[in-house]
Amino acid sequence: MKHLISLISAIRVRVILITLLTGSFASLPDLVAQTPLAEALRAVQGVGPHGAGHAEAQTATKLLLTQDLASLPQILNAMDSANPLAMNWLRSAVESIVQREQSRHMPLPVAALGGFLLDTAHSPNARAYVYQLLSRADPVGAPRLLPGMINDPSMEIRHAAIQGILDQATTELGANHKEGATLLFQQALQHARDVDQIELAVSKLKTLGVKTDLPKLFGWIQKWKIVGPFENAKREGYERVYPPETAIHLEAEYDGKLGKARWADLVSTDDYGKIDANLPLGKLKDAIAYCYTEVQSEEAINAEIRLGCKNAWKVWLNGKLLFGRDEYHRGVEIDQYRLPAALKKGKNTLLVKLGQNEQKEDWTVEWEFQMRITDAQGSPITPLRVGVPLPITASR
Amino acid sequence: MKPSFLLLTLCALLSPIHSGAHWPQFRGPESNGTDNNGELPSKLSADSSIAWQIPLPGRGLSSPIILNDRVYVTCSSGPKQQTLHVLCLNAADGHLIWERTFQATGRTMCHEKTSVAAPSPATDGEHIFALFSSNDLICLDLAGNLVWFRGLSLDYPNASNSLGMSSSLITADGALIAQVENDTESFTAGIDVATGANLWKLDRPRMANWCSPTVLNLPGGKHLAALQSGKGITAVDPRTGQVAWDYKDGASTTSSSALSGSVIYAPSHGLTALDFSGAGEPKQLWRAGQLRPGTASPVIVSGRIFLMADSGVLTCGELETGKRLWQLRTKGPFSATPVAAGNRLLAVNEKGLAQLVDLSKPEGEVISELDLNHTVLGTPSLAKEGIYIRGESKLWKLRR
Repeated sequence: MKHLISLISAIRVRVILITLLTGSFASLPDLVAQTPLAEALRAVQGVGPHGAGHAEAQTATKLLLTQDLASLPQILNAMDSANPLAMNWLRSAVESIVQREQSRHMPLPVAALGGFLLDTAHSPNARAYVYQLLSRADPVGAPRLLPGMINDPSMEIRHAAIQGILDQATTELGANHKEGATLLFQQALQHARDVDQIELAVSKLKTLGVKTDLPKLFGWIQKWKIVGPFENAKREGYERVYPPETAIHLEAEYDGKLGKARWADLVSTDDYGKIDANLPLGKLKDAIAYCYTEVQSEEAINAEIRLGCKNAWKVWLNGKLLFGRDEYHRGVEIDQYRLPAALKKGKNTLLVKLGQNEQKEDWTVEWEFQMRITDAQGSPITPLRVGVPLPITASR
Repeated sequence: MKPSFLLLTLCALLSPIHSGAHWPQFRGPESNGTDNNGELPSKLSADSSIAWQIPLPGRGLSSPIILNDRVYVTCSSGPKQQTLHVLCLNAADGHLIWERTFQATGRTMCHEKTSVAAPSPATDGEHIFALFSSNDLICLDLAGNLVWFRGLSLDYPNASNSLGMSSSLITADGALIAQVENDTESFTAGIDVATGANLWKLDRPRMANWCSPTVLNLPGGKHLAALQSGKGITAVDPRTGQVAWDYKDGASTTSSSALSGSVIYAPSHGLTALDFSGAGEPKQLWRAGQLRPGTASPVIVSGRIFLMADSGVLTCGELETGKRLWQLRTKGPFSATPVAAGNRLLAVNEKGLAQLVDLSKPEGEVISELDLNHTVLGTPSLAKEGIYIRGESKLWKLRR
């Protein structure tokens, strides 16, 4: 296969031409929209949960598999509006077509694929898939398309682009070019959103004498109120509705597991934003705690609440339950759970129910979580003002 | 009580597995790690044993499956292991025939020791079924064309395990059985092979479960799917999910049961032999507290049952009575289940040291070793002409 790098310029020109002539792949002429291929693509896009639309998609797939490489742009365009299930049906059809045509020694339409990749109007997942296709076809050439993509909407492409910078920085460091290495690690850190790359850049910068403000970088929610403990024997407290689930009264006093329970301040100073219920409540077992905070948003926005927690949990935003997991001590990682969250303008309330179970092993002591609010790419949303305005201690 | 030869033969003839499938699922046709045809080699060596080896495009610990002259294997790649791969290879030379990739629709978080590609694929002779820890369930035809794709995490959003899921697939009577059992939204589903739709869905014990189901062959060409969990073993009709019997005395959530004829050898209170040939509840033949499976599952060959402990102690028991016969120390640690044929057993430890055990010796004896120098957590698979060993990111074929 001809090396991709030699086609980059041609691809960029072609993207401009295609965009000018057709308004991008996404706006196909009506004629194309009425073809059997277009109808087949719509049938595949109709697949849904629980096997919905499978019969229609199976019939449509048979037609897709008769297509040649010239149809790839239209199939890829269909990925833009495909749900995650349909996306997989479509990529499988693409791979069947590519495999068949390549066995006939037909060349991959690299320029068209490159144009699709470089056009950020296409869906991030579809573009990431096209990058995979190009990488498989030319593992050496494809990464050369990445410089300039460190802020890409596709997390996979962005990750690959930043990996290039991290590799370059590591080489600089190995050659004892500390200044150059520092600049490159800082550049990577500025754009990295995946934890593995952030942690690598932070650790390398630390060895270079550069300290990173991790709470600010991640955007942890650090200021909370906590109340508890409530009973969770036999893990039954997880489904039991305790008073904080009904209404938030920060002045209230509740009948708890160990007597009267009152709201108290809990502010994290941990680099990774850990909100540790063991600190104010003691290392308890069979217990439930609630944590509460308020988020002031300057406008209504669609965001993600990202949570890491190895205990059972439930999260409510503005009184609405977003999700919950009744799982204990199976593991934790940053951004373990991503909860779509519609923040309203002004005050938003956040309530977390945190369960601890009966296990006694050393690795079951933790009773904690970490939380932040980000956009879909994992960038902390700013400006948000977080925390309950009046400390409890001041209002008593 | 020893199962009759007639019954064994009948069960074998009525096996749900397509005749072209030499190793159609995790641990082989009878889910017992054994190939009843032929023998394993008498010696392993780097020069003469390795027929071929290939790098895989991702990580995994699922077992390969073998159908006719092709090998199918899964793996996962990407920053979050979110790209799921199904590969079809030429068994003769390891050449890639086709590869399909998918984007995970469920959670890919798992313990660093395991992988999103932990469950083993299965075949009914006409389709390849692949399941991943993200609960993505895929059906392809033998040419690699998609028949259907299910994202079970989209259907059942709380069905996951933060350590990872690993139960492998089985298929019988046109149904695909997926055990998706965990602490929260725990279920097993029977999926219509043709359409990908649920035939049935059973709520299952809310507890993490990594072991795999087994297909029980009954007289008259009927089958049951044995679903193992910490609560015991529930046998259901593959087409309807109707419970045929329910052994409620607890079982392992890691090692899986092994079969021989109409007896299932369950990792329960050590090892418990249950005869399911009669109507109603299975009959307990014996229980052996001294035969304790580790992570690996039991292997049955030549009238004996073998248990590999995580540490590397191989225990041999008498299949008919459960009596412990001998123990042999091999070099551990182990996650993978050994495989056996004739008088030899092959065990590959987590560091990739393949150890060949001569089972004809009075107390067994390690007669040859081959260091693959690569992490191996997946259970090997057997075909007539080869042994397939899947490492974290490599696949070997050893000559038999």
